[in-house]
Amino acid sequence: MALSRDQIAQRVALELQDGYYVNLGIGIPTLVANFVPKGIEVMLQSENGLLGMGAFPTDDDVDADLINAGKQTVTMAKGASIFDSAESFAMIRGGHVDLTVLGAFEVDVNGNIASYMIPGKLIKGMGGAMDLVAGADNIIVTMTHASKHGESKLLTNCTLPLTGRGCIKKVLTDLAFIEIKAGKFHLLERAPGVSVEDIIKLTQGELVVDGDIPEMKFS
Amino acid sequence: MSGFDKVVHSYEEAMSGLTDNMTIIAGGFGLCGIPENLISEIKRKGTRGLTLISNNCGVDDFGLGLLLPDRQIKKIIASYVGENAEFERQMMSGELNVELTPQGTLAEKMRAGGAGIPAFYTATGVGTLVAEGKDERQFKGRDYILEESITADFAIVKAWKADRYGNLVFRKTARNFNPMAATAGKITVVEVEEIVEPGQLDPDEINTPGIYVNRLIQSTFEKRIEQRTTRPSGE
Repeated sequence: MALSRDQIAQRVALELQDGYYVNLGIGIPTLVANFVPKGIEVMLQSENGLLGMGAFPTDDDVDADLINAGKQTVTMAKGASIFDSAESFAMIRGGHVDLTVLGAFEVDVNGNIASYMIPGKLIKGMGGAMDLVAGADNIIVTMTHASKHGESKLLTNCTLPLTGRGCIKKVLTDLAFIEIKAGKFHLLERAPGVSVEDIIKLTQGELVVDGDIPEMKFS
Repeated sequence: MSGFDKVVHSYEEAMSGLTDNMTIIAGGFGLCGIPENLISEIKRKGTRGLTLISNNCGVDDFGLGLLLPDRQIKKIIASYVGENAEFERQMMSGELNVELTPQGTLAEKMRAGGAGIPAFYTATGVGTLVAEGKDERQFKGRDYILEESITADFAIVKAWKADRYGNLVFRKTARNFNPMAATAGKITVVEVEEIVEPGQLDPDEINTPGIYVNRLIQSTFEKRIEQRTTRPSGE
């Protein structure tokens, strides 16, 4: 069975470590915040200038001056700090964020990522995504393994305009956890009930399958 | 009054000297911390051919989106412009020139511009459309592109509080691009919710010193929320 959005987030959350500063992109990455393992503390960075993002506010606490990068109203966690956009991107571009999780349209065997533009269809802009992929060392991309029409999103070469070149090392899809190294995809884990053959079929770029591939665990 | 007194008493005065084909840097992220009344004044004046530098371009009926129907904007440099139907129409038809710029690069372009730094190298955008036509150079084995800084004829800024000398304090995430914008305008105009007397702000708490500010005006703000997201109380 392909993973649900929540299950993808839950598996990513296992990569969190106590004391991590984390930037979560819009969509599935945002859900990771709901699955932080018990006993560890992480601080969420929102690139519009907030470190220590809290939960959504109650109706009484809504504050137009306090939003996240998705322009949603939020609150501040204990120990939060506020800063301007240049400072925020100094954190990101300076490599101070421990883990970045973001979505994508395509990833390829060379670690290239396309996530912001579909020419002729979607040209809203890259926001902070190019800064995040260029500045972070530890990035996990979350996305579905293939499109609704069964076209692989794990490619030999990205076809859409790139967000970053050679910067992605880990991809978690609804079918598999994959590492990228030396110009190849490497299968690390498979979703429960999903066969290696299913994954191979839906992976267009070269995929290395080394020995028995374990099923994913979620806690 | 002191020569340091930056307070003006009308929006007309606040934006006087703005003429067609000028460049304007605007603070704000989405609709948060935008100089909403200064934008309305630009709409009222009808100034055209403007080049705008701002992270976003508002929504159809609020913020910088207000300058679209009368075709006041010729070009915009922004990182994300997806919240606006009229914007999309003008961009697709070629009426509006859009230069998409990564958010961190945009913030740094303003910061550098205000600090007298003409250009800087960054890894952001290497190997992408953003790198086209730009100098590329390696430092310590890594590729970087050269990005030029930005200054503008006017900077329009929203702060929370100020003293009459133009020392500024921002509030929560309404700070965003405003401090950098304030440094990068030949004429920097700031609108605030409250103006106090010099000496009433704690110097340690001033985010932007008055040296960057030319004009200051007090007003009230709608502060529209783009995505109101809440949780039930008692959770």
